[in-house]
Amino acid sequence: MSDVPTYEHPDVVLCPGGPMLLRGKHVIEDSSGQLHETTRRVTALCRCDKSARKPWCDGTHKLLPEKLTPS
Amino acid sequence: MLPKPRGPLSAAVFESIRAIPAEPVARTHPEADGPEDAAVTLWALYELAYRGFDEVDETAEWDPDLLAVRRRLEIELEGRLRARWEAYRSDHERHDDFGEDLFAFIAAHDGRSLARFVQTDADEQQVLDLLRMKSVYHLKESDPTAWVVPRLPTASKAALMELQYDEYGSGDPNRVHAHLFARGLEAVGLRTEYGAYLDDVPLEILEQNNTMSLMGLHRRLRGAALGHLAAFEATSSLPSRQLSQGLQRLGMAPEMSAYYDEHVEADAVHEQLAVRAICGELVAVEPEVTDDVYFGAYTCLDLEDRLAELLLERWGVAS
Repeated sequence: MSDVPTYEHPDVVLCPGGPMLLRGKHVIEDSSGQLHETTRRVTALCRCDKSARKPWCDGTHKLLPEKLTPS
Repeated sequence: MLPKPRGPLSAAVFESIRAIPAEPVARTHPEADGPEDAAVTLWALYELAYRGFDEVDETAEWDPDLLAVRRRLEIELEGRLRARWEAYRSDHERHDDFGEDLFAFIAAHDGRSLARFVQTDADEQQVLDLLRMKSVYHLKESDPTAWVVPRLPTASKAALMELQYDEYGSGDPNRVHAHLFARGLEAVGLRTEYGAYLDDVPLEILEQNNTMSLMGLHRRLRGAALGHLAAFEATSSLPSRQLSQGLQRLGMAPEMSAYYDEHVEADAVHEQLAVRAICGELVAVEPEVTDDVYFGAYTCLDLEDRLAELLLERWGVAS
């Protein structure tokens, strides 16, 4: 067994109570059918549905009561 | 250009800096006559490690006499910061999940908000004042954290570089955050040279900048540097939106609000990376620095509170 570890490095990370992190280049179709291209290497996508910059996260989840934040 | 001295220590040290590389002589430097004298001296000594000063010989960065002064001032600064942390720390609890705990610790910190005031009430002169002060850091945004990279274990290092790559424009110089800020400064009619407003900024700004350099430049303080980063990023998205809205309310140049808009989205990513991956992976490997992560996070929030108190009082905003 190797002493040099292999690290987990997922492309999609669901942050508890927060956004979905997406690694890499993606095109996202929002609920109205509009397309949005990612512009950075890691992108945060809104999961609480309250962002003012959807589909991107803008931190609004932190203002919500806990029961309204994503799991 | 070196800043103006603010007391006998800064006057003597700046003279020494300018004298290098003259014949080596043992130089003695007086005690500072107050916190501003000490802080501007330390700021200038740290700058020798960043971009330096046009009129100063580059060997000054490693001059042993200047390093001795720097170390003396660093010990005083760290002592004061740790004393504030020790007075505060009993208030918070820790549970199982490091990321959740650190986010909760940052969220529980309650200070007055400059961004909220800018969003709804500040006038243009007040916003320009704030931008001059913030320029001392934003024109070298992320640079103090870059010192930390080689001191980290693998997973934390990779996560920090994922964040820093974004801060430095993902390879595109036009997208470097410090450059976006310079573009914003120019568009609102302010000076864009590095350190241009240093002589006008209060002690609180010097201490914010000195603290980041202190934590960045000492391997021993890597936990504090990354805790500071985590708190900075986790208190950036929502205030950046408020600042952008304030600039738009005042009809100020869109290049400056664009800088803050960029930070709404970027820092929504960065806070997750900083708390969960960068700090989380560090303390998983080096649990002994966990307390320093909290020390750094608290210090970031505390220094910003002190700036907010100063400016809101100066601007006559009732608490």
